[in-house]
Amino acid sequence: MTAVADETTTEADILAVAREQVLERGEGLSERQVLDVLRLADDRVPELLALAHEVRMRWCGPEVEVEGIVSLKTGGCPEDCHFCSQSGRFPTPVRSAWLDIPGLVKAAAETAATGATEFCIVAAVRGPDARLLSQVRDGIKAIRESGNDIQIACSLGMLTQEQVDELVEMGVHRYNHNLETARSHFPNVVTTHTWEERWETLRMVREAGMEVCCGGILGMGETDEQRAEFAVQLAELDPHEVPMNFLIPQPGTPYESYDVIEGKDALRLVAAFRLAMPRTMLRFAGGRELTLGDLGAEQGMLGGINAIIVGNYLTNLGRPAEQDLEMLSGLKMPIKALSETI
Amino acid sequence: MTDRFCVHCGQAYDGSGHAECRNPRTALEPPRYCPQCARRMVVQVTPSGWQARCSRHGEATSADAPAPG
Repeated sequence: MTAVADETTTEADILAVAREQVLERGEGLSERQVLDVLRLADDRVPELLALAHEVRMRWCGPEVEVEGIVSLKTGGCPEDCHFCSQSGRFPTPVRSAWLDIPGLVKAAAETAATGATEFCIVAAVRGPDARLLSQVRDGIKAIRESGNDIQIACSLGMLTQEQVDELVEMGVHRYNHNLETARSHFPNVVTTHTWEERWETLRMVREAGMEVCCGGILGMGETDEQRAEFAVQLAELDPHEVPMNFLIPQPGTPYESYDVIEGKDALRLVAAFRLAMPRTMLRFAGGRELTLGDLGAEQGMLGGINAIIVGNYLTNLGRPAEQDLEMLSGLKMPIKALSETI
Repeated sequence: MTDRFCVHCGQAYDGSGHAECRNPRTALEPPRYCPQCARRMVVQVTPSGWQARCSRHGEATSADAPAPG
């Protein structure tokens, strides 16, 4: 038997194994198995996506959770996350900005109007100070007083236990804090804080009863091995939701010259992450428009994704929410209703 | 008023149409530089639009102009 034939056999095996292990038993793939999936030949990707979709339907169901996000505090961040145009350490064109309370209420209303059940308030900070938490508190109160009962999530950086407790008391039901990349790659991406510090915030968030939202960005120079490592580290964390971002190289950042991840590799990653985390909400987040385009987004929805950010992002524009809602309608994927989330 | 500067990089238009800033990435970017004076603007992106404010030339919004690209 030739080496090529051996390789083909191995590829067939990993999907057969995944079908039995993940689809039938609901057990996520191991790091080695995820790596095997990432190394599947291009012509096996449709089969991989079909399996990942079956897994999603079996363990998560057909519904799609729709979310909108807004930046409450933009730019001027003291951290050096190399992908981020909001770091004050890099010569990017992004200037600091604060969204006022009426603007926040309007953004929440725009999000709710799309049928979204989640609205995430985000700030570019190392962690929140008293002023930011006060703004969040006032903002949530104003959103509720406007009659908007959308679920509110926050992403405000690293937290202390007191801050975690304060967010719970405000009614924040989910907290986003991305690990961003594999633990082994993190020091190449961020030097001003550690992966372990992020993990500690996530631990406190979970213990306080908030839902954990934790994902990252793919295409930051990580290897396939590190992608597999990351998928399994996320699976170990067992978050409620994993947002999958694909790097948009931002002018002025250390990653401004990085290539955009190829569409087929992005789809392979979507499916691999689904097979590593069969029961987790897997959300399309930033970069999908650039990496996948319209057709690729549909393929991703049929390849393991079951949640989506609609509309614009924090500093980048997305495609109009209506376009994504039409896509979901065309795919006959119902949008998760607010009544089912409360 | 004719734009004098690229809203994505702040460089002066040279008559070529500034093709280097017309790409898929900039199609996903709100304006960052004032087209009149090239000052960096304070930009707020919202779920359905953006507002960009130049300290000299005032505010522009996505409602006033098509998304740049």
